[in-house]
Amino acid sequence: MTDYRIHGATGEWEVVIGLEVHAQVTSNAKLFSGASAEFGAEPNSQVSLVDAAMPGMLPVPNAECIRQAVRTGMALEAQINPWSRFDRKNYFYADLPQGYQISQLYHPIVGEGEIEILLDDKDDSTAKRIGVERIHLEQDAGKLMHDQHPSFSYVDLNRSGVALMEIVSKPDMRSPEEAGAYIRKLRAILRYVGSCDGNMEQGSMRADVNVSVRRPGGALGTRTETKNVNSVRFIMAAIEHEANRQVDVLEGGGSIVQETRLWDPDKAETRSLRSKEEAHDYRYFPDPDLLPVELSDDFLRDCRASLPELPDAKRRRYEQSLGLSPYNASVLTADVTTARWFEALLDKLGEAHAQRAGNWVTSELFGALNRLGKTIEDSPVAPAQAAELLRLTAEGTLSGTLAKQVFEIMLETGEDPARIVEERGLRQTSDTGAIDAAIAEVLAANPDKVAEYRGGKDKLFGFFVGQVMKAMQGRANPGVVNDLLRKALG
Amino acid sequence: MSVDAATVRHIAKLARIAVSDAEVEALAPELNNILGWVEQLQEVDVEGVEPMTAVIPNTLRLRDDVVTDGGKRDDVLANAPAAEHGFFAVPKVIE
Amino acid sequence: MTDLTDLGIAAIRDGVRDGAFSAREVAAAFGEAVEKGRALNAFTVETPEHALAAADVADSARASGDLKPLSGVPLGIKDLFATEGVATTAGSRILEGFEPRYESTVGANLFAAGAGMLGKLNMDEFAMGSSNETSAWGPVLSPWRRNDGGNAALTPGGSSGGSAAAVAARLAPGVTGTDTGGSIRQPAAFVGITGIKPTYGRCSRWGIVAFASSLDQAGPMARDVRDCAILLEAMAGFDPKDSTSLDLPVPNWEAALNSDVRGKRIGIPKEYRIEGVPAEIDQVWERGIELMRDAGAEIVEVSLPHTKYALPTYYIIAPAEASSNLARYDGVRYGRRVAPENGNLTDMYEATRSEGFGAEVKRRIMIGTYVLSAGFYDAYFNRAQKVRALIARDFERVWAECDLILTPTAPSAAFALGEKSADPIAMYLNDVFAVPASLAGLPAISVPAGLNDEGLPLGLQLVGRALDEQGVLNAALALEERAGFTARAEAWW
Ligand SMILES: [Mg+2]
Ligand SMILES: [Zn+2]
Repeated sequence: MTDYRIHGATGEWEVVIGLEVHAQVTSNAKLFSGASAEFGAEPNSQVSLVDAAMPGMLPVPNAECIRQAVRTGMALEAQINPWSRFDRKNYFYADLPQGYQISQLYHPIVGEGEIEILLDDKDDSTAKRIGVERIHLEQDAGKLMHDQHPSFSYVDLNRSGVALMEIVSKPDMRSPEEAGAYIRKLRAILRYVGSCDGNMEQGSMRADVNVSVRRPGGALGTRTETKNVNSVRFIMAAIEHEANRQVDVLEGGGSIVQETRLWDPDKAETRSLRSKEEAHDYRYFPDPDLLPVELSDDFLRDCRASLPELPDAKRRRYEQSLGLSPYNASVLTADVTTARWFEALLDKLGEAHAQRAGNWVTSELFGALNRLGKTIEDSPVAPAQAAELLRLTAEGTLSGTLAKQVFEIMLETGEDPARIVEERGLRQTSDTGAIDAAIAEVLAANPDKVAEYRGGKDKLFGFFVGQVMKAMQGRANPGVVNDLLRKALG
Repeated sequence: MSVDAATVRHIAKLARIAVSDAEVEALAPELNNILGWVEQLQEVDVEGVEPMTAVIPNTLRLRDDVVTDGGKRDDVLANAPAAEHGFFAVPKVIE
Repeated sequence: MTDLTDLGIAAIRDGVRDGAFSAREVAAAFGEAVEKGRALNAFTVETPEHALAAADVADSARASGDLKPLSGVPLGIKDLFATEGVATTAGSRILEGFEPRYESTVGANLFAAGAGMLGKLNMDEFAMGSSNETSAWGPVLSPWRRNDGGNAALTPGGSSGGSAAAVAARLAPGVTGTDTGGSIRQPAAFVGITGIKPTYGRCSRWGIVAFASSLDQAGPMARDVRDCAILLEAMAGFDPKDSTSLDLPVPNWEAALNSDVRGKRIGIPKEYRIEGVPAEIDQVWERGIELMRDAGAEIVEVSLPHTKYALPTYYIIAPAEASSNLARYDGVRYGRRVAPENGNLTDMYEATRSEGFGAEVKRRIMIGTYVLSAGFYDAYFNRAQKVRALIARDFERVWAECDLILTPTAPSAAFALGEKSADPIAMYLNDVFAVPASLAGLPAISVPAGLNDEGLPLGLQLVGRALDEQGVLNAALALEERAGFTARAEAWW
């Protein structure tokens, strides 16, 4: 692919992008308290005295959050630090009860790793490795509501203290597309690992977007950080807008201020947030309420042992040992729920039929789900049922046409295909007697057409096939119909 | 280094403590005295010394991932200077 | 019958057990003393009903024969401990009106052991002070006066000044204190009582308003060593809610008390002989050394080379931690809020904290903020943490040569209110002998050892190995027996 460039008045510009992704750790309780981390509860109903920073309250870390951060690091083939520590990031804001966020600056739990992105699903040659700088654990803040009261903002601390992983990339991305691919891939990996549900609408994944521009290959420019962008589309749009804004500023003879900006989805632009910036100096220091986090070899072994097959490995296996097309392989492994569904199907059907199964899922099933506006999680047809349907087709019990009919009924009723075939007699027949009888009727009913055909109008053959199939209510084996018709029309 | 009025104001800003000009006047020399006094640590040879982490050897214990707390909004809001509809209330923040 | 308020913890416990008097009589007697003692300003809140309720439980427990270790013992609780349903202010205006919905772990332990609460004890604001003059509720007065007839109001020391005064004036047989850099030991020395700071991690910090997390430790203050042992046994213990709490069983310190120190090696650190310390301090130290020698201990001179850096190290680390620990006092969730007319959030923060905090607390927050701010972290905080490691290492090394260290507790006797409040550093120097043990997290006790020429108490400090509270208590008992300190303040209040 050709490099992404912004064509300014004074020439070409290259865009340099780094992402800091905040991913909510999948856990029952918060990072340092026993309050629930679940989304969407009544205001302040999931708040412990620790989360509210009552005087004398102390943090006690949640083992699962540490485990999930480590497993995530392992999934990114990252350096795992057996000795890490929590630091306090000090600043005042109404959503931050302690007056500091417990985070990790000096000794993060996970160090350098990388993520491979594909710019074209079907083409391994478009692969690019994006460096991951670090992953650290930190507390989420509470929520402020500004529109409930004329002179007050309201504070809900339910999210206060929920565990986040901050996954910091290196400034390795060069286009909005690469950033989009990075986010999608990271989201896929987190969902495979089960360390984050990747739900961007609910804010379980959001990105701080660092953008700078420079002359191609030149020295790095000053970057801006656009905070909390919460969809792949917005991330890409924010990069595009911000990069072009910077080019305009620079070409207008101005310079870029290192600052925090905000993405405004309605105006589709980034805005300066300098207001909140004034005099920020976070005064990080090790949290004296907590001891260093020391990970035992056993703990690390268990974390590694608990890792599932990850998307890249799965994709390659689907291509190489299952013989799936690169397209099917990448579509079927793109999300963990699809892969799980497909593999549940293969369990019943046998890997020998992987290619047919792959085609059926990506065409028939996805087509139907699209039509019904459903996701694979709430597919009315279960993997085992789909396997049965494919087996009936393979056996010849169902013709392609019948299979489609049966599948439609399955989608409506959720019934098993075998049952449908039985009850509605939708079994394909090769019974020559019945078929000959039907042919005789059809020929008798259309003497003139028979004459035309015999007179050389060959293309009428299709008409006779159609009539016979119709007379057989679509259950006749098409091959047999053809043979017998030819004989009958002699 | 010596702390001037501007530094005192900057520090007070970081600490979210309003200071009058008179207080700035008074604080600058006080802080300078104290900082000048702790300066003596610069003469200690700390080459190769690890900063203290745990004063008494102890290892971090981790909590099981179980919900054991929350559901006590009344306790949480009981002492709030301003609370409405189950929320804490603060002067409106314009973002 | 003797005045019940003349009894200590052990005597009350035993008397209630033996039926010499009822727990209710005891609680009532001390409740009365607290009322009579208001001139001392030792209590910020009086809770006689709490003490009486616990007493009634004790009396019926005696009838049914299931007394607890502290059944019938009424105590004073330092206002730094969160007390459920009872105003808790840490001596600060910014926590005015705060009523916790929770009990500190240490307080809960004491109440579970049968103790009752006479009230909350006045203290320096957020435990930042050595004279109790930083309390938002006015200074505590020492029950002691100089024998010069001048009647100058003296400090009981700080920050646990209310605690010290209450015990010395017989308003309570025992109290809780907290010690970050001498706040139990220095006041105990100033008023002629005993106070011990256990090993860091022995007592849970949960529910104690934080000053400097890596240094804060709760401990008892009482009339003698045995009473301190009894109280500490009830206060200490592992708490899963405090990550820095030590997961160790609590020894039976009282049962194992033994004043036989023959063969024990008592270290005398030469670095503690410092310029400008009045002769009376050296004299009481010498006396202590003699007494321990008489008791059969071996006296060895030892060296703790980094001692002179302890105080400056402390005055970087403690304010740094405090500047962060006190950020939560922002007028949003509890305590005072000062919101200027149509001011924004920041205006509210700044007004609340400016009016809510006193001068010393602001000073320390400013220092702490400065030493952590951009560019200074390594020069100040990180270096201080390294020096702290060296100070701890000094002690580690010295334990090869001795079992305990004997020093003066404070560099002077109690001083007059106002005498040092103008000069922060002069005030900080009060803790010059106490701070090293705090930085190293070691158990340390102060025992009254005599009076100076003005008739004021002087204390001696014993520091032991980590977790060796027993050794510290035993040596302190030996010192106590030989010093025979019986002086008490004439009641003028
Ligand atoms: Mg960021
Ligand atoms: Zn973050």
